[in-house]
Amino acid sequence: MSTITDYEIIEKRAKLTKTLSKSIIYALLAVWGIIVLFPFYWMLLTSVKSYGEYSSEAIPKFITLTPTFENYQLAFTAVPLADYFVNTIIFTVATTALMLIIIIPAAFAFSRLNFKGKNMLFMLFLSLMMIPNELVVITNFVTVSSLELRNTFTGLILPSVMSVFYVYLLKENFSQIPDELYYAAKVDGTSDFKYLRRVMVPMCKPTIITITILKVIECWNSFVWPRLVTDNEKYFLVSNGIQAIRENGFGRENIPAMMAAVVAISIPLIVLFLIFRKKIMAGVARGGTKG
Amino acid sequence: MKVILQDLTKKFPSRNKKANTEVTAVDCFNFEIPDGKLIGLLGPSGCGKSTTLNLICGLQQPTSGKIFFGEDEVTHLPPENRGVGMVFQNYALYPHLTVKQNIIFPLENLKGKAKLSKEEMNQKALEIAKLVQIDALMDRKPGELSGGQQQRVAIARALVKMPKVLLLDEPLSNLDARLRLQTREEIRRIQSETKITTVFVTHDQDEAMSISDMIVVMNEGKVQQIGKPQDVYNDPVNLFVAKFLGTPPICVFDGRVEAGSLIIGSDKVMDVDSVSDGEYTIGIRPEGFIVNDNGTLTCNLKTVEVMGRDISIVSEHGSCQTGSFRSIVSSEQGIDITKASVQFDLKPSKVFLFDKETQKRVPFQVK
Amino acid sequence: MEKNNKKAWLYLLPALIFLAVFMIYPLIDVFIYSFEEGYNSASQTFNGYGLYNFEFVLHDPYFIQAVKNTFILVVITVPLSTFIALLISLGLTSIKKLRDMFQTIYFLPYVTNTLAVGLVFMIMFKPTAYSDGLINVLINWFGGNTVDFIDGPYWAKMFVLSFYTIWVVMPFKVLILTSALASVNKDYYNAARVDGTSSFRTFRKITLPMISPMIFYLVITGFIGAFKAYNDAVALFGTNLNAAGMNTIVGYVYDMLYGEGGGYPSYASAAAIILFAIVLTITCINLLISKKKVHY
Repeated sequence: MSTITDYEIIEKRAKLTKTLSKSIIYALLAVWGIIVLFPFYWMLLTSVKSYGEYSSEAIPKFITLTPTFENYQLAFTAVPLADYFVNTIIFTVATTALMLIIIIPAAFAFSRLNFKGKNMLFMLFLSLMMIPNELVVITNFVTVSSLELRNTFTGLILPSVMSVFYVYLLKENFSQIPDELYYAAKVDGTSDFKYLRRVMVPMCKPTIITITILKVIECWNSFVWPRLVTDNEKYFLVSNGIQAIRENGFGRENIPAMMAAVVAISIPLIVLFLIFRKKIMAGVARGGTKG
Repeated sequence: MKVILQDLTKKFPSRNKKANTEVTAVDCFNFEIPDGKLIGLLGPSGCGKSTTLNLICGLQQPTSGKIFFGEDEVTHLPPENRGVGMVFQNYALYPHLTVKQNIIFPLENLKGKAKLSKEEMNQKALEIAKLVQIDALMDRKPGELSGGQQQRVAIARALVKMPKVLLLDEPLSNLDARLRLQTREEIRRIQSETKITTVFVTHDQDEAMSISDMIVVMNEGKVQQIGKPQDVYNDPVNLFVAKFLGTPPICVFDGRVEAGSLIIGSDKVMDVDSVSDGEYTIGIRPEGFIVNDNGTLTCNLKTVEVMGRDISIVSEHGSCQTGSFRSIVSSEQGIDITKASVQFDLKPSKVFLFDKETQKRVPFQVK
Repeated sequence: MEKNNKKAWLYLLPALIFLAVFMIYPLIDVFIYSFEEGYNSASQTFNGYGLYNFEFVLHDPYFIQAVKNTFILVVITVPLSTFIALLISLGLTSIKKLRDMFQTIYFLPYVTNTLAVGLVFMIMFKPTAYSDGLINVLINWFGGNTVDFIDGPYWAKMFVLSFYTIWVVMPFKVLILTSALASVNKDYYNAARVDGTSSFRTFRKITLPMISPMIFYLVITGFIGAFKAYNDAVALFGTNLNAAGMNTIVGYVYDMLYGEGGGYPSYASAAAIILFAIVLTITCINLLISKKKVHY
């Protein structure tokens, strides 16, 4: 049997270990926090340094005392950044809207309606989830080129619309709605379409919002397909725009102006994220993958 | 090992952050748990019984007060140094380990001198498995066991390192009714074989009454009464305890004492002594009624249920707080179910008086 | 429920059309392309069928370089990012204060444009005419020599690419692991604590087995993702990845398809199919291992 003093030592030691491990954990988390945030800080900082100031410092400074917005002005005038924005918004809105119009009825059919070959077809759907984009992009590129749809919104949007994974996600959510609601609606003489529109869609709003946000992020960041089908600046999206700025730039290697452009195209999504933080993180945790 | 709880208090910050109030989960708990006994902590949900258990275990720290195991103060000792065994409500069996690996798990944590060899561990695990009668299931995984078997594994795991104190949180709540009866006997048997001081928490008074050496009735963080189950049942200190114990529940009436007579409604039911006149709440145990055509308490007869040995009579009385009440009489006492009313005499030992304000028990004597 | 075949197919029609045109047809077509020899994209003619495209691709030094780069990237980033993500998630789970803030910060890279932030990484690592760049200044502080991470030696370029890739994939992994850890019942930890289990043993014997399915999920998706690396490399080294010696397999596919060396859909198809075969093999191996290792 231990004595009282022994117990005191154990208590003290336990307390010490606890404080120590807590400090280590916070230190570790803070380090990663800095690694994540620093590039954002650096691009903001650089974007408000004037070209002259940036070029003249042999050792980069961590703060600037003379912030300027001339780079932002330059970013929107020297290159058609505003056009890239408009193009991206058109592309994002059209693609997302079309996707919703297509996947909601499909998910409804899979979850609610009964038809011959349903299980087979659904299995086929699921197996398509495993097909990497790289395999199908080649033919799509050839198809779009031969239809002379390069440098058109049609060519940009149509191949980007469909997403098997979101059909699956939505179908799972639709299936959770109890059958009784459907039967009750049928007894009241509600048509399938009305039931979908008035009951299922409102009830699954959180999932639909999540899907919408994920698709918007995907569209906003898409690079490969737009790069393949557009070589006319008029149809560039922000990703391609950034790449063009990087390669041809502002006539000279104007890094502050480049950073201003980077800040400008990063802000919309970050704002969207900060507003829908909980929803986006829950949605991604449920199985969304990037790309 | 006896366990002493001294002025034990646990306060939680209120969920509502703006109101700077605290919730007192356990309020000034004083109790000396005698060595080798089985103690039932009993109360409705949210009464602080689980918090008390966690305080004894060390998973939570008290706001004030002290805990002693024997002579040693353990109030701020981490749980791993207390030598307690705990069985969780959902058993917390590791799903990826076999029964045997689960039982051995605590033994593998021992360090230094206490360290055991593989054979010793296997030996101990087998002994304990035999005690709780799961030695045939050693290589199964928890997912392949029934609820009752999982419960036994959890007990075995808690017992294998021979804890000073065994703690069980709602041990029977996840079992079906038949298993519950069987398992509570099992807990009683294991406890009396190992003689380890055992504290278990339950909201089911049947469970606590049937197997505990002593029960502690709690409500809203406060200890209401501590004692042997039968003593607490026969001699409740307040209305809450009287109501909480017993199935069917105690029948509660509004009544008064006037000039040495106990009166319910307009019925003078009993002559009483050494109690002042005034309004009282009257509790009568269901078995405290005797059917008698000349009885003093007249009620409207609603239904009669014959249950073999006993008859359960549901009747109405204007002063009954719940409108109707259920009384239990021996089936040998005849009752005419065609009549609209029934008359009862009362057994004085089954009648309790409570103060209307404080709800405390008011003692009286029968004249 | 009654069968309503016609109606169901009507609801599915738009989705099926899109799938057929943009997924199923291309999928079949890509195999055909890969066997068409001597395809001429201008006249859309070819000589015949055979394995020549595969042979060409497998002997192309650019392709071999791309495969090498991709494998190195996969081998570095997948284990490292999973391990760091596990550490961070464990840290996040064990704290209460500031947890929400940290989680939000850690998730930020997920919602940023890979190309845009890649540019920031480039200027941080790249020495320019005017200065050595931020990272080199830090290296000089600690007594090291200036390294050109963007146009310099191979290992330096691979380091930046790996670092950026990890930075980009971390939010997803941290998020998945944090929610996996949160879903482990607290009672397991309490039970282990009462039994005096050391925190390392608790982690190894309880936490790790319980979240092992999620870890394997992350490893598999991590492998697939890293094999398809492309955007990160373009962001850091520009579109002419062959010149930088930093091309990836996907990059090779696109270069063959389009751009300066482009116009060879057959070679692109062959390379894409080789990539698909590699990914499929690795995924199958992963699944086989996970069947043995994941406990339940």
